Amino acid sequence: MYNFNFHAASSLDDAVAKLGAAEDGTVMAGGQTLIPVLKQRLANPTDVVDLSGIAELSGISASGNGVTIGAMTTHAAVANSSDVPAALRAVAEGIGDPQVRNRGTLGGSIANNDPAADYPAALLGLGATITTNQREIAADDFFTGLFETALTDGEIIKSVTFPNATKAAYAKFPSPASRYAMVGVFVAQAADGVRVAVTGATDCAHRGPKLEAALSANWSPDALDGITIPPDHLNSDIHGSAEYRANLVIVMAKRAVAAAG
Amino acid sequence: MVENGIGASLRRKEDNRFLTGKGNYTDDINRPGQTHAYLLRSPHAHATINSINISAANSAPGVVAVFVGQDLLDDAVGGLVCGASVTGKGGEVNKAPPRNVLTIDKARFVGDPIAVVIAETLAQAKDGAELIAVDYTELPSVVSTSGADQPGAPQLHEECPDNVALDWELGDKAAVDAAFASAAKTASVRLINNRMVTNPMEPRAAVGEYNSGTDEITLYVTSQNPHVHRLVMSAFMNIAPEHKFRVVAPDVGGGFGSKIFTYNEEAICAWAAKKINRPVKWTADRSEAFLCDAHGRDHVSTAEMAMDADGKFLAMRVSSQANMGAYLQLFSIAIPTLFHGFLLAGQYTTPAIYLEMRSVMTNTAPVDAARGAGRPEATYLLERLVDVAALEMGLDPAEIRRRNFIKAEQMPYQTPVVQCYDSGDYDASLDKALANADYDGFAARRAEAKGRGKLRGIGLSAYIEACGVAPSAAVGSLGVGVGLWESAQVRFNPTGGVTVFTGTHSHGQGHETAFAQLVTERLGVPVENVEVVHGDTDKGQFGMGTYGSRSLPVGGVAIANACDKIIAKGKKIAAHCLEAAEDDIDFAEGNFTVAGTDKTMNIAEVAFTAYVPHNYPEGVEPGLDEIAFFDPLNFSFPAGTHVCEVEVDPDTGTLEIVNYTAVDDFGVLVNPMIVEGQVHGGLAHGIGQALLEGCVYDDDSGQLITGSFQDYCMPRADNLPSFNVDYSPTIPIHNPLGVKGCGEAGAIAAPPAVINAIVNALGIKHLDMPATPEKVWRAAQAAG
Amino acid sequence: MPTVSMTVNGKSVSGEVEARTLLVQFLRENLNLTGTHVGCDTSQCGACVVHVNGDSMKSCTMLAVQANGADVTTIEGLAKGGEMHPMQQAFQDNHGLQCGFCTPGMVMSAIDLVAKNPNPDEATIRSELEGNICRCTGYHNIVKAVQQAAKTMGG
Repeated sequence: MYNFNFHAASSLDDAVAKLGAAEDGTVMAGGQTLIPVLKQRLANPTDVVDLSGIAELSGISASGNGVTIGAMTTHAAVANSSDVPAALRAVAEGIGDPQVRNRGTLGGSIANNDPAADYPAALLGLGATITTNQREIAADDFFTGLFETALTDGEIIKSVTFPNATKAAYAKFPSPASRYAMVGVFVAQAADGVRVAVTGATDCAHRGPKLEAALSANWSPDALDGITIPPDHLNSDIHGSAEYRANLVIVMAKRAVAAAG
Repeated sequence: MVENGIGASLRRKEDNRFLTGKGNYTDDINRPGQTHAYLLRSPHAHATINSINISAANSAPGVVAVFVGQDLLDDAVGGLVCGASVTGKGGEVNKAPPRNVLTIDKARFVGDPIAVVIAETLAQAKDGAELIAVDYTELPSVVSTSGADQPGAPQLHEECPDNVALDWELGDKAAVDAAFASAAKTASVRLINNRMVTNPMEPRAAVGEYNSGTDEITLYVTSQNPHVHRLVMSAFMNIAPEHKFRVVAPDVGGGFGSKIFTYNEEAICAWAAKKINRPVKWTADRSEAFLCDAHGRDHVSTAEMAMDADGKFLAMRVSSQANMGAYLQLFSIAIPTLFHGFLLAGQYTTPAIYLEMRSVMTNTAPVDAARGAGRPEATYLLERLVDVAALEMGLDPAEIRRRNFIKAEQMPYQTPVVQCYDSGDYDASLDKALANADYDGFAARRAEAKGRGKLRGIGLSAYIEACGVAPSAAVGSLGVGVGLWESAQVRFNPTGGVTVFTGTHSHGQGHETAFAQLVTERLGVPVENVEVVHGDTDKGQFGMGTYGSRSLPVGGVAIANACDKIIAKGKKIAAHCLEAAEDDIDFAEGNFTVAGTDKTMNIAEVAFTAYVPHNYPEGVEPGLDEIAFFDPLNFSFPAGTHVCEVEVDPDTGTLEIVNYTAVDDFGVLVNPMIVEGQVHGGLAHGIGQALLEGCVYDDDSGQLITGSFQDYCMPRADNLPSFNVDYSPTIPIHNPLGVKGCGEAGAIAAPPAVINAIVNALGIKHLDMPATPEKVWRAAQAAG
Repeated sequence: MPTVSMTVNGKSVSGEVEARTLLVQFLRENLNLTGTHVGCDTSQCGACVVHVNGDSMKSCTMLAVQANGADVTTIEGLAKGGEMHPMQQAFQDNHGLQCGFCTPGMVMSAIDLVAKNPNPDEATIRSELEGNICRCTGYHNIVKAVQQAAKTMGG
């Protein structure tokens, strides 16, 4: 790891100010991705601004319409909260391992936007809204590409609001070694229709329009019979080829629908 | 009956420190004035090194010294050696391309060390290494086992034309070919034994220290055999003469073979400590371990069996190629040859066997012994072939094995491939395994699983291994450059406590407990009064270390023999003190007794007398401290049958091991709790190889793709079942304690058992390891 | 250099560290608490697991400065008055360790596991130990140890 200046931010404004004053600063949430990257000397920031001391960024609050989760809320806190719907708890419960879940955060995960991360599928699948220190961003507009998001310089995620769904579930097929999603599919049925989101299969989590159309017509695993996913743009690695991932998208979608009931 | 002797599942003595954070591993050691070493490694699989510019690094903050390969040559430091030379076809001995500690002319694999930076802190050493400018000319590389000797393949070493280090053969080719020509049926399978990264949880580490007052070097190192480390570094590398060189291997966090060998970094720490006259510490990070620790396995083979009309094996023919990596490591050339070929008879009476084995060099990390070392490769090949043979014959896999087993009454049994088995009852272990696994109930379980959309399969593996390599004369005649005896010293202290020095070295096997139990059994001393000392060349006598499941069958016997010398001397002392004839003294449970009387003397009293010899027999030396060296007459031959049952999800190819049954013959068990743990660990290793683990290099670039736990799949708790472990012992005639080795059995037996089960579930002939979900899914789709 | 202060195994400690110093380095190098180990560089093996404010965490994936003011427990802090913690005892009783290198992290994770799942079944134990790799035991005896400790810790 290269050395850097460390700042524990006391408030969101403080974090923005410290970030602004830094030559090449970066924000640290739970650090479960950033620290390994720093250890490998793959990044060399001059300053690291730690958000963990900012109380307003942590916490879970449910309302009649949904649940709002602070960006610095850990995966473990989400997984164990009775205010969080079961499908979302299951997503958090499946991220990393217990020790990673005790430190890793919602905000850190979505800001990093790893192509195999779980949370992006949940945000897209539930049609969540991301609130930053500057604005609100719809999940559909947030995840823009491989490790890319709509966040601008100095923009820090405050919270994510997940609207309620009638039915929802997440089915994940973990890559054997990393345990990241080789393919993860989140399905939801809500007042405004069916949403299906897929992670792990391509360079960025995305909606699945073909699957949404089929499930809108018939909310049942069988509705997905006969649908094939062209493997052309799917990820491929030593653990799973594009063809295999294409199969998993359908199998996991079916399992998610079955689990959602 | 002695308490806590042989057969007691005594809780381990070493656990107290391991469980409270007081273990003492090499990286826990820090010496005053210590510096930190970091190695600059080749990022290329194959490249000519045109120049290395270290000037910027030399003047970087905190940097104490920078060395390149020539610096070691200038100090007459020798290269790393292969300690075995094997004679192949036409009487030609294997090629032994030289290897400098830091490579000078060429880099031959990703990770090949080029230079070392020594600095006040590790971070400064890394910073310094970033400032070294190496001018490379990249060369085409070859990483594949089967591609290495193909026309046009890039050449690694001038000494190895076509990248061939050795063409070796074993057996009577003419007899085998004749048997195939007249066989009623034949079976064949082409298979890959996947490359493994050994991955003990403790990464390798070394701390070198030099005492300018005594001109002595001390090296703390992660080693399974500190005396061998010292020997190699002294005799071949010229680091220091043995009597001026202390090697200490403190607690070692697993080895599984990978810590047998002498490595570049260890030699550098020892040499540089003297060079800069300050301690030098190096600890591998896991990424370095993936790149540079010796790997294991990596064979490509075609195996064929000739049978008569009843499925009786007439002959076996094997043609294999083994990947040695970029350089020959310490024992590497012996592994696919001697340690593999000699086990090819397995548990069967196959009268004629012929093996052709070509060992090739590639632009990959060196390959050497890893848990099982050649024997897993032999067993996998044979037990897969036997299942294919059963398929060809339309026989149940258990039945074809029974028809071909060596019978208990045929022991000792001379196989056509050198080994003479001295004990075993293969029918008994098979029968017990089938009963324990409820083999007969499998059809019903398969039908039930089918109802749930799952494919269930069952697979057998009837394995034999040869451990406790011996005797030394035979080993030497085959080209291995060491003797494989073991030593022990049993020392009574004047107040009755016993210190046992063994030349073996535990790296997780619980020697401090099991060896103490041996002494307790033999001498009747309470187990808490027995301390086992190992891992320090300054404390114990020379010894060969721990690998190949040798510690108990070889090292244990040396301890027992030293105990017997203690008893023999004790009888003389007791006879004198009890005023009886020596022949009238009996020894049992710690007491010397005049036969037929109640006149007795405890061994602790005898020990005290030996050190305070006021009333003492004439002509007997004072002291009670005996050394024994034991060179066994034969290997030990653990064997058994394992049964694996799997359930496959055909939609995703994931599978679950729903039952794993092991029945092993390890002879006498000294500590059954420890033995069972060794079986569990071996099984995890073998199941890992079968399902999860596979080291992958990129064919084009030669880069290591599986360079971390993110990509190399280690078995975790949720990948494995609980195991059903049982025993079917027979007593070996060559081992005075009746014991056999147990540390590698699981890793040897499991891979074919698992793959045979998967193949059975899918109704196919073969599937290569690791049976990843995608591979299984594709096979399930193809099989319909 | 930043100064960090924290409570480790019940004792207040502080030290000057570079910002990049990992918690595990601070424990091992500054405090000489070498029971916490480093087995990988990708946050997967779990040999470095300690408790921070009561939760198990990977001390290789946390900066020492992030633990400023925290209450840290390491393997050295478990035994009380010469008596091993029930989890340590269960690992010994069930032969849940061999080389001992993964053991400190495994024990720390297992204690957190039982704290959060007082009556874990085998599947829960296996899945909750996802973040700890052992190469020696095949996990069989670790699972047994956690089951025993769950009983003694609960009772």
